[in-house]
Amino acid sequence: MTSSKQALARPATSADSAPGTPPGAARGAHGPGAPAGDDSWRRRLYRWDMKAAPYAFVAPFFILFGAFSLIPLLYTAWYSLHDVQLSSLDHQTWAGLGNYQRLLSSDFFWNALKNTFTIGLISTVPQLLAALGLAHLLNYKLRGSTAWRVVMLTPYATSVAAATLVFTLLYSWDGGMVNWVLHFFGVDPVNWRESDWGSQFAVSSIVIWRWTGYNALIYLAAMQAIPADLYESAAIDGANRWQQFRHVTIPQLRPTILFTVVVSTIGATQLFGEPLLFGGVSGSKGGSEHQYQTLGLYMYDQGWVIGNLGKASAIAWTMFLLLLIIAAVNLLLTRRLRKSQ
Amino acid sequence: MRTSIRRSHRLVAFTAVAALATGLLAGCANDSDDGSSDASGGNGKGKITLTVGTFGVFGYKQSGLYDEYMKLHPDINIKENVTTRTDVYWPKVLTRLQAGSGTDDIQAIEVGNITEAVQTQADKFVDLGKEVDKSQWLDWKNAQATTKDGKLIGLGTDVGPMAICYRKDLFKKAGLPTDRETLAKEWKGDWAKYVDVGKQYMKKAPDGTKFVDSASSVYNAALGGGSERYYDKDGNVIWDKSSGVKKAWDVAMSVATSDMSAKLKQFDKPWDQGFANAKFATVACPAWMIGYIEQKSGDSGKGNWDVAAAPTAANWGGSFIGVPKAGKHQKEAIALAKWLTAPAQQAKVFAKQASFPSTPSAYASLKPAADTTAYFSNAPITQIFAASAKTIPVQYFGTKDQPINSALTDVGILQVEQKGKSPSQGWDAAKNEIKDVLGQ
Repeated sequence: MTSSKQALARPATSADSAPGTPPGAARGAHGPGAPAGDDSWRRRLYRWDMKAAPYAFVAPFFILFGAFSLIPLLYTAWYSLHDVQLSSLDHQTWAGLGNYQRLLSSDFFWNALKNTFTIGLISTVPQLLAALGLAHLLNYKLRGSTAWRVVMLTPYATSVAAATLVFTLLYSWDGGMVNWVLHFFGVDPVNWRESDWGSQFAVSSIVIWRWTGYNALIYLAAMQAIPADLYESAAIDGANRWQQFRHVTIPQLRPTILFTVVVSTIGATQLFGEPLLFGGVSGSKGGSEHQYQTLGLYMYDQGWVIGNLGKASAIAWTMFLLLLIIAAVNLLLTRRLRKSQ
Repeated sequence: MRTSIRRSHRLVAFTAVAALATGLLAGCANDSDDGSSDASGGNGKGKITLTVGTFGVFGYKQSGLYDEYMKLHPDINIKENVTTRTDVYWPKVLTRLQAGSGTDDIQAIEVGNITEAVQTQADKFVDLGKEVDKSQWLDWKNAQATTKDGKLIGLGTDVGPMAICYRKDLFKKAGLPTDRETLAKEWKGDWAKYVDVGKQYMKKAPDGTKFVDSASSVYNAALGGGSERYYDKDGNVIWDKSSGVKKAWDVAMSVATSDMSAKLKQFDKPWDQGFANAKFATVACPAWMIGYIEQKSGDSGKGNWDVAAAPTAANWGGSFIGVPKAGKHQKEAIALAKWLTAPAQQAKVFAKQASFPSTPSAYASLKPAADTTAYFSNAPITQIFAASAKTIPVQYFGTKDQPINSALTDVGILQVEQKGKSPSQGWDAAKNEIKDVLGQ
């Protein structure tokens, strides 16, 4: 804060303490006998400017944050304590914690929570492992390395909708490419959308496909910052490539790995677009047994399809609290890690 | 001089930031403001832009109605705002109606949402009852959009009288009659008879084909022919006691537990592919689906599709257009809505899009597009649908009609059809789901 204040102040001071530089030229505009009252007003304005300018410069973010994050957040909390229907927003009846109670006793909620967790797990873990491996490969001297990196990032650049629609076709039960390939191995066609594990696997695969390259590039950036002499001395000590990877690369990447784990966990908790579109028509149910309905989908289904906005708000706040818990756990882990180093 | 220049620079930056910040804030409030100023200036000089909010394909633009209206009324410009999916469209309309801003001048309402609109949004819509001659429309169509105190909040656009679309070529290969009248007679009066034809079909079914696309489509068709749905006349939920639901459910179960269904989900991509690859021989087709079939089946289906009367007269779908009070140009919007739903215009939409008119006086003059007639083996499409439309029973819808329906089809029936659950398990699953829908 102080440094930015000084930075802001510096040009102003030099301009204002003009008397030394061009003699009389600056003040010439006002004439030599400028009234003293004007001067004090100017000084007051200047002081006010010094104090207010930084706030004005940071204001746009906070105004936007207030309008599009804070107020909706608080409003959602208010809604979650009421019975509100989407079709009659002005007709609210106080429900207290009723929505939360109903939520905790609802099978659909626990099912969605469980699905969010399992889908998150089977998408995040392979994704990060694959990203690590790919980054390691890309870190070698390769012909056309930039091209490889660009290719890695293309899945991330495609839209969720486009990717999911293509995957939905690949996984289609009748005549989909995945089942077609499987039949060469004598595997019976899997109903990817309706089977429990099949559908979760399918949704995860879309997430993995989209995000692996992104994470790999983050790992790659961190890997290139590892000093080469560490590898050299490890090589002199007789460590092979794999041992170098395990004992040099991984420990050096620890903070980066932690970062990607946190970001992916948050992403997994909010998973919405992929399962919604994968479900096709009425995708918000997440399959006939809600087998891939995540918390995000459950909230959407309650609020915008069924129209129980009160309950949907309660789900939103529960998700928010969950994310806070995840953040707290992450903080603890980071501290622990830092101490152990 | 230098100081003042520096200062003025700073002042510019300062005001720019301030203007940006206030501008962003004001952006939210602006909508309603220019509404009033626009409306006052609209009557005299200058062009008025009317917006029409629709979902899916309404056919107004496709059949050139907007262009025609703009030519008739040079001071009016029409813009259509299309949202493809109904489940995205309707929540958006609901929130805008209640915010009292951001609505289009004309807003389309799907039949599944009309009761919710009638019961909860009636005061947000203009009462069109005094503006039009109500006798133009089918009685049951008007009844759906009329409030208890007699306000008409929406004008009927199309209706969805039901027929059976079937592939002659596949029927022939399966050794079944291909003549539309013979077939109609065979299943007349009862959807169970239609299922019996399906059993015959499956005995000699051509490789890789099924009799019907899905059990849910049979359910919807059968449900649309009963007089009871999920709510009674007074708005009480009666879904688990309703005779219409029971009948439709039983028929759907006999399809779901047999091998005659292609087990597709309607309007999904694989369903589209099913049309293109001739995976199923029949589909219960409301009039609005005719154009869809033609488009998705492509050239290979030409002349192979035919249309026969459905077992019972039934309605599936259809829409209304209403004029929200929050609209900027109510008077002009009412005039446009009236014109768009008048029999002559409905007939034009039918000619292009095969959306069936809700105004019986249009029926005599209906002409489907020439290529549609050829596509469906010269079947007398208009007569078949008209006969069905006139005998459809009045059905009462409820506020949560759509979520209840999707609980039964997308949970109950789908579990039986695709997961091999028993009908009673499927019913229980739907029941749980509906409890959740109704907040019990």
